[in-house]
Amino acid sequence: MTEPALGGGGLVDRHVAFVAALRGAGLPVSMAESLDATQAMAAVDLRSREQLRAAYAAAVVKRAAHRATFDRLFDLWWPPAIGDGEPIHDEGSPDAESLEEVEPADLDAIRKMLRDALRDVLLTGDDEALRRLARQAVSGLGRADNQPGRQSWFTYRVLRALSPETLMASLLEAVLAGEERGGLAEKVARQMLTERIRQFEEAVEAEVRRRLAEDRGVEAISKTAVKPLIEQVDFLRASRDEIAELRRKVYPLARRLATRLTAKRRLGRSGRLDVRRTVRASLSSGGVPLTTIHKPHKPHKPELVVLCDVSGSVAAFAHFTVLLAFALREQFAKVRVFAFVDTCDEVTSFFDHGDDVVDALARMSREADVVWFDGHSDYGHSFEVFNQKWSDAVTPKTSLLILGDARNNYRAQSVPALRSIARHARHAFWLNPEPKQYWGSGDSAATAYGDVIPMIECRNAGQLQEFVEAILPI
Amino acid sequence: MPLFTSPDDVRTRLAATGYLADDAIATTVFLADALGKPLLVEGPAGTGKTELAKAVATAADAGLVRLQCYEGLDEARALYEWNYRKQLLRIQAAGDGQKWEETHDDIFSEEFLLPRPLLTAIRQSEPTVLLVDETDKADVEVEGLLLEVLSDFQVTVPELGTIVAIRKPFVVLTSNATRELSEALKRRCLFLHVDYPDAEREKAIVLSRVPEVPAALAEQLVRTVRTLRALELKKAPSIAESIDWARTLVALGLDTLDETVVAQTLGVVLKHASDHTRAAKELGLN
Ligand SMILES: Nc1ncnc2c1ncn2[C@@H]1O[C@H](COP(=O)(O)OP(=O)(O)OP(=O)(O)O)[C@@H](O)[C@H]1O
Ligand SMILES: [Mg+2]
Repeated sequence: MTEPALGGGGLVDRHVAFVAALRGAGLPVSMAESLDATQAMAAVDLRSREQLRAAYAAAVVKRAAHRATFDRLFDLWWPPAIGDGEPIHDEGSPDAESLEEVEPADLDAIRKMLRDALRDVLLTGDDEALRRLARQAVSGLGRADNQPGRQSWFTYRVLRALSPETLMASLLEAVLAGEERGGLAEKVARQMLTERIRQFEEAVEAEVRRRLAEDRGVEAISKTAVKPLIEQVDFLRASRDEIAELRRKVYPLARRLATRLTAKRRLGRSGRLDVRRTVRASLSSGGVPLTTIHKPHKPHKPELVVLCDVSGSVAAFAHFTVLLAFALREQFAKVRVFAFVDTCDEVTSFFDHGDDVVDALARMSREADVVWFDGHSDYGHSFEVFNQKWSDAVTPKTSLLILGDARNNYRAQSVPALRSIARHARHAFWLNPEPKQYWGSGDSAATAYGDVIPMIECRNAGQLQEFVEAILPI
Repeated sequence: MPLFTSPDDVRTRLAATGYLADDAIATTVFLADALGKPLLVEGPAGTGKTELAKAVATAADAGLVRLQCYEGLDEARALYEWNYRKQLLRIQAAGDGQKWEETHDDIFSEEFLLPRPLLTAIRQSEPTVLLVDETDKADVEVEGLLLEVLSDFQVTVPELGTIVAIRKPFVVLTSNATRELSEALKRRCLFLHVDYPDAEREKAIVLSRVPEVPAALAEQLVRTVRTLRALELKKAPSIAESIDWARTLVALGLDTLDETVVAQTLGVVLKHASDHTRAAKELGLN
């Protein structure tokens, strides 16, 4: 273990600056918690980075969602090494300082050597070796001198040179050692190797951030190192990984919401006195009614009708919201979902009966009849079709939810059709995943539709959660 | 006096009880003890939160007092309650001969007090672990109560006076995070997020809980469970399921996990029918 690298001001200054960086990244670290952290530091062995990390985490990270951000900043502020870390020629590789002058052929030799080492590390899964290799790979391959005297560090240079995924075939061969291919064994091996490759990539990213921080200052790099919390990831810009992560969050989110909604209902009104049970209970206390018993309050449950645009641009938003609606099914008397692109179809049955969500989404896009003309969103036509075929779906017991960006490709808006759909609903809301400032610009019919149904900005899971909590009736 | 001398001490002594901790768990338990702060352990179901509190009690040779939280838990069940029935009987027995003041003093005495877990834990003179289990299941008001008790470790019973902890218990609160606990409560605690362990530790846990299972099978099992966790499931399998799976395989006398065996025993690991279908499809069972 290396001593934590301390800036000129020593431990206390470093602590204060680190806490400031955490706060800057959105972690609500209180004064008391910052003090707890110093006490915790005093109690652990500062030569062990993992103890120091755990001590800080225990004192200042109180939400699991903040943990990834914390770890990144911790790695920057309490780096595991300085510069190249251990001199890399000890490992039998050339000196990093002279890399700029090496011949392309030598560079190729380094690349090959590191790639062989990577293959070994991925096979054994030794964490310590994996991190060491990431450090060597970054010193050896990650540096570029874009301007004289100003070096920079790049993740992609390292990953492109080593291209870990292309090792997969040979790794699988080694792990499976003659076992049958294509079956369970291969899937399991693949999962394990993918996990390790991901770990290596993350280690390389962390190393690059550390080197950058040495060159440009920790504060500067801290600002860019922070990943947005998944609740704040923009639906319209989410990557595939983020969408998968969001989907995994649906059930925990629904459980959290359901608990809170139930609590809200209970607080809202308590039921009428249950005279019979109160009297019976009082018999055991000599006829004195020490405890009164109330009839459970019967909550009113609305029916939910969701009408959602599932065209490419907003599909991720629609999917997430529909999944959430079904995960919250118990909160409603009934849930029906209609999907549209340029025409409209009911898709409730794909989600009913707790079917697998990934399948349900796939079947919805494959089997539902949502495209009529050219597959570009046509809100007007979709509203008209809905109105003709399912106008009886919306009743005075219905809460109606429309999901979409209201980008209508300059087609007829059919505002009257929307008005007639919403007329009978008990409540109607439109959730729009676009930032409010763009509403009504270009082909957005948000202003026109927003006059009929209250339109609410819903760009991320956090906003969606706020909306659900605020409106679900007691 | 602290229960443990260092994170390593925590780890070794927990391991002796069969609980395998990583760096973070060992260090945080050590700190909670050293700084005298309650430890809030949060994480998915079946990741060893409850077990940690029990293991700490065993390792430290301390008593375990458990407050199981549920919806509707109130002060009378969490802190203390007067034994009304006994009091009523006492009043009736007193008859007309006794002055009310005397009877009053009498019925609000120790004899008629029913201590509940929080009060019980505070009054222990021996080392004690107080486990407040599944805190997120309780109503928000209970958090206020916990906050009060865990701040100064004293309880005021109006009729009896203030009872101060003779010896601070080591407090573990667990939560599945079905809701966020209040900021105030979190601020008062050290926080430990426990997640599924890495493959190596999970294998060690399985081997320690089910020693009959061959090491190679344990390894295969853990890798398969991790593959399942990577799928989009409603309920990902936890450590508890890995252990159950190992037990099942041992009971059935199976020593390898191929497609047929997994298909037969998947019900032990996945509890939702749709998760079952999804896994069968992704793993190419049938
Ligand atoms: N680190 C560990 N070492 C040994 N056994 C463990 C460990 N973690 C978990 N287990 C075992 O896993 C099982 C589940 O643990 P436990 O009941 O404590 O989970 P939990 O986190 O409290 O779950 P829940 O949230 O459902 O209450 C237990 O049988 C426990 O013995
Ligand atoms: Mg538990």
